[in-house]
Amino acid sequence: MKQHFPALVLAITLIATPLLAVQPDEVLSDPALEARARTLSKDLRCLVCRNENIDDSNADLARDIRLLVRERLVAGDSDAAAMAYIVDRYGEYVLLNPTSKGANLILWIAGPAMLLLGGGVAVAYIRKRRGAGDPAASELSEDEEKRLAEILKQ
Amino acid sequence: MIVELGHFALILALAVALIQTIMPLIGAHKRWTGWMAVGGAAAGVQLLLLCFSFAALTYAFVISDFSVALVVNNSHTLKPMLYKVSGVWGNHEGSLLLWSLILAVFGASVAFFGTNLPPTLRARVLAVQGSIGLAFLAFMLFTSNPFLRMAVPPFNGHDLNPLLQDPGLAFHPPFLYLGYVGMSVAFSFAVAALIEGRVDAAWGRWVRPWTLAAWICLTIGIALGSWWAYYELGWGGFWFWDPVENASFMPWLIGAALLHSAIVVEKREALKAWTILLAILAFGFSLIGTFIVRSGVITSVHAFANDPERGVFILLILAIFMGGALMLFAARAGAMEAKGLFAPVSRESALVANNLLLAVACFVVFVGTIWPLVAELLWDRKLSVGEPFFNAAFTPFMVVIALLMPLGAILSWKRAVLGRPMRALIPAAALAVALGLLAYAMQTGRSALGPIGLALGAWVVFGAGVDLWLRAGRGPIGQRFGRILRLPRADWGKSTAHTGLGVTVFAVAAMHAWQVEDIRTMNVGDSFDLHGYNITLADVTKETGPNYFSTMATMTVAKGDKVVATVYPEKRVYPVAGMPTTEAGIDYGFTRDVYLVIGDPQDDGSWAVRSYYKPFANWIWGGALLMAIGGMISLADRRYRVAAGARARNIKAVPAE
Repeated sequence: MKQHFPALVLAITLIATPLLAVQPDEVLSDPALEARARTLSKDLRCLVCRNENIDDSNADLARDIRLLVRERLVAGDSDAAAMAYIVDRYGEYVLLNPTSKGANLILWIAGPAMLLLGGGVAVAYIRKRRGAGDPAASELSEDEEKRLAEILKQ
Repeated sequence: MIVELGHFALILALAVALIQTIMPLIGAHKRWTGWMAVGGAAAGVQLLLLCFSFAALTYAFVISDFSVALVVNNSHTLKPMLYKVSGVWGNHEGSLLLWSLILAVFGASVAFFGTNLPPTLRARVLAVQGSIGLAFLAFMLFTSNPFLRMAVPPFNGHDLNPLLQDPGLAFHPPFLYLGYVGMSVAFSFAVAALIEGRVDAAWGRWVRPWTLAAWICLTIGIALGSWWAYYELGWGGFWFWDPVENASFMPWLIGAALLHSAIVVEKREALKAWTILLAILAFGFSLIGTFIVRSGVITSVHAFANDPERGVFILLILAIFMGGALMLFAARAGAMEAKGLFAPVSRESALVANNLLLAVACFVVFVGTIWPLVAELLWDRKLSVGEPFFNAAFTPFMVVIALLMPLGAILSWKRAVLGRPMRALIPAAALAVALGLLAYAMQTGRSALGPIGLALGAWVVFGAGVDLWLRAGRGPIGQRFGRILRLPRADWGKSTAHTGLGVTVFAVAAMHAWQVEDIRTMNVGDSFDLHGYNITLADVTKETGPNYFSTMATMTVAKGDKVVATVYPEKRVYPVAGMPTTEAGIDYGFTRDVYLVIGDPQDDGSWAVRSYYKPFANWIWGGALLMAIGGMISLADRRYRVAAGARARNIKAVPAE
């Protein structure tokens, strides 16, 4: 095994993907445009990665999308237009921040709806707690009554 | 031979789990003392058997026994000893064995510490605990046997995933599992109480320490994982809203809710049915977490072992335990009539609000995590739900929780007036707002996120201080300080944990708002300025580690002319696993980290360098650590030790409270 190490290392260094995400040569010279590109990148997924945005990813595809975003911005696209262009090419899957179109509305309103529902139940519960119930009604089983009597005797 | 014995012990453990499930349950039903007592003995035997089995597998890893398939796939002779041992649980089969072992540890602990429980409840708790063990042991033996032998043993192994060869990650899974599996005790207590048909203050008191212990471990486990991601993945992110992270976060949120609602059961005998439901859900989310990680149904960074067949088995376990428990809950919850009455403005109501917010926050995480799956199944839409969604949909809940916490924590039980606590909090609020404004004035042209996070975090931290101060009662200041020191540990634990949350809230906001990033190419000898620090690339060398090759840079961090740190960011290649990893060079500081990453050589001989100034990075995990320490202090409270003392004197009666 050991004598194969140098060859192995060479092979691996050649196939290994670059370890930096955003490369120095990609950065736009106009800081305002670059800032916009960065903001857009945060919402774009590297399609071949697992849950990484294109800025954090080392994959070649992520680099392609990064370059594409910058290309569109340099060409004068607005943020929305650049995003639409990317989604058009790569599909909805590329968006890390899902749209609220169609069934996705459920995703977005699930939290607030649940809060309202739960809040309603909680308020009803609290109101009931204010009046109802009989605090004197302590139910001990026969065994427990006996044990209580024993303890009190000691 | 030892491996076969380990395998045999595992099969025996399955048989014992079967006995532990059936006999105490029947015994409790028929009131047969002998059969009920089997539960405790079986739990002890179960622990011994699984300890042996785990030790056998560890032995196979330590001596690199390459006739065992699992060792071949996850180890290598050149690997450092720490990672040979951590390799035992760095894979699907071994982690399941660890899961079962921890389950047995908790089962035996209930048997050992629970001698003061009513015998029927104890028997039923142990039986439920046994049934969980039964399910997982069957899962392991039928689909994921760790002891399978190779027909032809190879000369060396395939090595452990290099990303996992890290001290932080060596201890991350055991803590996480302690948390996941610890929730099973609360589950067992809940199911046993449903079978018994009664929940009282004593039940709340028994359940709380177990939940607390599990929650502490989960907190530490999550913090370790997040810390690992920060320094290992190479861009200093600490939380990605990855399905697997969410899988550990959901039981944490529900566990936190359960901790608080169990207090209401214990002190006020209200919220009983809800607490039972939370106990069931907390373990349910632990199982869902296991399902998500182990089935690979939702693709994610962590899905090292995915196999649909195993996924179906876990889904089956999930369906049986959750379905069964929830059906039992539906049938019996009506009988859990609450006794305590309270006014709309009271600690009880505040804790209801806490529970509502935590539970809905968990629901949001859950929906976001499974949504890609749902959308694909129902509408054939392939979409992603990532960090931006969670930041938008989850953060508001945390903000509201942080806003309400200081007030809710000091309201009196039963019936509270708002005036006095609100007046007491005025200094805390004023100080928090002042700090926020100061930060806003000092930063120029940046988002308001930083100042708001600072104000919110400070509000929570100062609020925790006010809480302690009020607990000391009235009187001369000297006396009050004396009383603060003598307060029950539960009070100290609460304030410490709340402080921890405040610290984490602030640190997360600070990291998002004030981080500075720089990307450039550098020649050896070049310097540049990063937020007031002078960074120099002094040297780049090739190094050889025990099982990897490394390109190691030497970089200095200087403030003015004074060098404050020299760090060595690395690019490593693990030839056996064929994987490159980055090791960031981090100068840790109290108020900031300087985070340096070396990249690829450029054509002109320079190096790509990515650097970050990360403000208050350590505070994120410091806050989590404070939360865990708060939990530990609370766990050491006198009221749990009193019960322990009663056990030691072997008083037969149930403790009066």
